[in-house]
Amino acid sequence: MIANSFEYSSPATLAEALGLIADGAKPLSGGMSLIPMMKLRLASPEHLVDLARLPELNYIREEHGELHIGAAATHHDVENAPLTRGKCPLLAETAAHIGDIQVRNRGTIGGSVAHADPAADYPAALQALEAKIVLRSASGERTVSTADFFIDTFTTALEPGEIVVEVIVPVEPGLTGTSYQKCLQPASGFAIVGVAARVRRDGDNFGPVQIGITGLTGTSYRATAVENALTGKPATEETIRAAAAHAADGVDANSDLHASAEYRASLAVSYTARAIRSALSRSA
Amino acid sequence: MPVSSIVKLEKLVGKRLRRREDPRLITGTATYVEDVKLPNLHHAVIVRSPHGAANIRSIDISKAQALPGVLAVYIGKDIVGVGTVPCGADLPGLRRPAHHILAQDRVYLVGHPVAVVVATDRYIAADGADLVEVDYDVLQAVTDPEKALAPGAPSVHPEWPDNIAFTFHQNGGDIDAAFAEAEVVVKQRITSQRLVPNAMETRGVVADWKSNDRSLTLHTSTQIPHLARTLLAGMLGIEENRFRLIAPEVGGGFGSKLNVYAEEALMGWISMQLGLPVKWIESRRENFMVTIHGRGHVDYLEIAAKRDGTILGLKLKLIQDLGAYHQLLTPAIPTLSVLMMPGLYNFRNIQAEIIGTFTNCVPTDAYRGAGRPEATHGIERMVDILAAELNMDPAEIRFKNFVRPEQFPFPTATGLNYDSGDYANTFQKALDTIDYQGLRTQQAEARAAGRFMGIGISTYGEICAMGPSVATPAGGWESATVKFEPSGKVTVLTGTSPHGQGQETTFAQLTADELGVPIDDIVVLHGDTSIVQYGIGTFGSRNTAVGGAALFYALQDMKEKVKKFGAAMLKTDEVIFEDGHCLDPKTGASVTVQQIAGAAYRGIVIPKGMDPGLVVTKFWEPPNFTYPFGAHIIVSEVDPETGQIEIKRYVAVDDIGNQLNPLLVDGQLHGGAAQGLGQALWEQGVYDDNGQLVTGEFMDYTMPRARMMPWIESSHTCTPSPVNPLGVKGVGEAGTIGSTPAMVNSVVDALSPLGVRHIDMPMTPEKIWKIVNGSKA
Ligand SMILES: Cc1cc2nc3c(=O)[nH]c(=O)nc-3n(C[C@H](O)[C@H](O)[C@H](O)COP(=O)(O)OP(=O)(O)OC[C@H]3O[C@@H](n4cnc5c(N)ncnc54)[C@H](O)[C@@H]3O)c2cc1C
Repeated sequence: MIANSFEYSSPATLAEALGLIADGAKPLSGGMSLIPMMKLRLASPEHLVDLARLPELNYIREEHGELHIGAAATHHDVENAPLTRGKCPLLAETAAHIGDIQVRNRGTIGGSVAHADPAADYPAALQALEAKIVLRSASGERTVSTADFFIDTFTTALEPGEIVVEVIVPVEPGLTGTSYQKCLQPASGFAIVGVAARVRRDGDNFGPVQIGITGLTGTSYRATAVENALTGKPATEETIRAAAAHAADGVDANSDLHASAEYRASLAVSYTARAIRSALSRSA
Repeated sequence: MPVSSIVKLEKLVGKRLRRREDPRLITGTATYVEDVKLPNLHHAVIVRSPHGAANIRSIDISKAQALPGVLAVYIGKDIVGVGTVPCGADLPGLRRPAHHILAQDRVYLVGHPVAVVVATDRYIAADGADLVEVDYDVLQAVTDPEKALAPGAPSVHPEWPDNIAFTFHQNGGDIDAAFAEAEVVVKQRITSQRLVPNAMETRGVVADWKSNDRSLTLHTSTQIPHLARTLLAGMLGIEENRFRLIAPEVGGGFGSKLNVYAEEALMGWISMQLGLPVKWIESRRENFMVTIHGRGHVDYLEIAAKRDGTILGLKLKLIQDLGAYHQLLTPAIPTLSVLMMPGLYNFRNIQAEIIGTFTNCVPTDAYRGAGRPEATHGIERMVDILAAELNMDPAEIRFKNFVRPEQFPFPTATGLNYDSGDYANTFQKALDTIDYQGLRTQQAEARAAGRFMGIGISTYGEICAMGPSVATPAGGWESATVKFEPSGKVTVLTGTSPHGQGQETTFAQLTADELGVPIDDIVVLHGDTSIVQYGIGTFGSRNTAVGGAALFYALQDMKEKVKKFGAAMLKTDEVIFEDGHCLDPKTGASVTVQQIAGAAYRGIVIPKGMDPGLVVTKFWEPPNFTYPFGAHIIVSEVDPETGQIEIKRYVAVDDIGNQLNPLLVDGQLHGGAAQGLGQALWEQGVYDDNGQLVTGEFMDYTMPRARMMPWIESSHTCTPSPVNPLGVKGVGEAGTIGSTPAMVNSVVDALSPLGVRHIDMPMTPEKIWKIVNGSKA
């Protein structure tokens, strides 16, 4: 439970940090995923660059109808900032489900998405929100969609030398109802499955719906089959049940000590229905 | 002397006083082993086997030795003249594997220590440990006790190919007659899974050898400082009176520190080799891997009964997963299960067989309840299964079979002598509190609506206050010293070793009441063999019932002494001792205990036939165990879609005799219930076939959290124990014992419309989901 020795840098500017990372240093944000791996000697980076202290990455602001969240914003910030609470409640609600208060005080949104734990909470919400993820390296910046960013278990679109600098989510239109429903793995508190839903009504029918699912398989995904089975249909329990039944369609579900593939898939269906119900009840 | 108006002192026993220990614990100023810092302290890290079973071909320590800062690297063959890890339990024909403190040429479990690296700091020691290269010839392991007993299974110890450490039989009454008379027989296989005790503080040792004095000081996180000293002195070949063992603040034990571990001797030996103080702190992973586990039963149970529900007899075949070695009490724990197998019921015929089985796992040993939770779970499940078979109400069948108040003291089929109780009364109180009849009506409605609501009953008995010396391997008495200091302040030395139980508070309450001194003037010390007279320690719910009783008698002797001094000072024959004063009833003259203490030490007024000073030491041998009991009822509902279980209500009525401090009683019961529910619902030590502990960290081993706990509606009945002068019985384990079967019975009851009779623990949502889904298919 003792890490190998390593060098630690806490640069004052993002440019400096990117320079060090270009030279092979590893980013450190909240350390909530990285440090446990180092203590178990599953990761032994020689040089850590602390991003969590960079003012340039530490913000939540609104621009042109979108919320821009700096990579170093902690889960606690996202959970509690008036901007996220008021204008992107799905993300704030999701942040509140992450770990415990100590983890939320240190862990960051940039670290979480970069780490791409298949059981992490944010990815479900980011999928449903069709969020954009801004990546930067010493040689430039690019923006990728959530769908393109998450590739597989612990695998993202990040190139060597690149870091996550920002997450961009839409300001939620007032009529949309959102909800994040999580079945937590009782020991770790991570998601066995987590389902984020955004629901618009269209009269008595479902309007546009977005569903993001995490935990079920190697990476988060949009449950388009569920979305299609809702939009345009009467906003009833029957529709919800029938649609949610597609939550795990075509998905190769994970299996472990806490939930077999079969049980996980069944939970995905149940929690998808819960998320839709709850989001529907919050929509106007 | 002036005639004083003596102020009546408020009695503190029975008050809900907060623990005096808490401020230092919650402000982080308590001293645990990890906080012990000595000049020139060195640090040890242990290299452990990654395999469940392997021969060691070779060990290369050269790279580790070459690392700057590394002082020494030792392997098994370096350790000469150190005894093996002791087992205090004895059973006929017990096979005892030699348990060396470092592996010799073979490893028997994942985590088995094979080498130790000592360095100037812990980081270098860890790097050094990484550089030790061990070449293993990996062998097949066996981790499931039933598989270990199957023909052709790999043998844990090659000298005993059948993996059987012992078989033990205990019979009472006439079991054949009982089964011949039976109108109904029910059978069930019931497991009680491995549990990881998970004390908040892991183990740790600081050893400090001073060769000039031939003296060793060992700080270790233990529940049994004196016993550990005796046993470690034997292992290390050093003199007990030159061996100071200190249990500093101990952050929980739950039985896991009622032991003597290889690392304690190893650190002592290293310090003796190097002439330097050395520290080892167990990591959480090591704690999971190599500190004892609890439970580990596979029980085959059969009950014979009449159609009216009268239980006639019980048969038990108990397969105990012992692990690879015997720790201090490993083989004894299942024998406690057999003792308590009859529960609260009035049947006299029993046949029990224990098969102690070696596996390539960490040894099992005492864990909160130690044998009794397994027994209670077994009998309480079987009674429910019998009720289901007979279509009887589970409450009714219990009333029918309880030992009745007029039968006490009640000799059981297993040779115990239950001290006191009124089981039906306590149970009725629980039923009334929860409105049992009303609940059954609600349940019928819920079922009609397709919901799965369950009501689970557990009426448990337990054996506490360990215990008479004949029944405990190292003596079952306890000791107390009461000292007045010349200023009138009082120091109490208890031979128990509280580590969360709160005796610094409760023993001060008792002392304040008996001696009439302010509680703030009383200090309770424990856990240092150079300060405290020999004691047995803390386990088996014995602190108050045995240690408190010893203190009570010491206090009576002290009062007699004080009275003699008081009478001499008042120049009279007879005084009354009350509220901290000696009073001459004839003249009304009085002296305070503080004045008496001062005089006793100045030696000016020494009563005839007495010596100066005011110190009393008392060793007290209890005449019997005590037998607390109670009734726990849990209402639950199962979500058939997800298999999730919701606890709706939890009512507990416990009879633990008198209470010194009901607030601390609540704490013990709540903590106990959390651990018991942990077993029922979440916790499991799972090994794979290679001997890896799959649930070897908190990311996979589900510890109960505050948010997972129900509200516990706790109340009491009180039949004071006749065994000790305080009338107390013990409450350390009650919650753990009572809660588990109530929870399981509740969920089985919820699912009984599906034909479910039994569910093995832990009742994970997936397990429940499969039961519900399977029944649909
Ligand atoms: C007890 C516990 C419980 C937890 N429970 C949950 C839970 O319920 N749900 C959940 O979602 N998560 C949970 N987590 C994980 C937590 O959310 C972490 O904070 C998160 O996964 C990683 O964020 P971090 O800022 O701590 O990153 P770090 O641990 O610092 O880094 C993680 C990885 O990402 C890299 N990295 C960090 N920042 C960046 C960046 N800006 N750009 C590129 N790479 C970067 C690092 O090099 C490292 O490889 C839990 C963690 C713990 C310890």
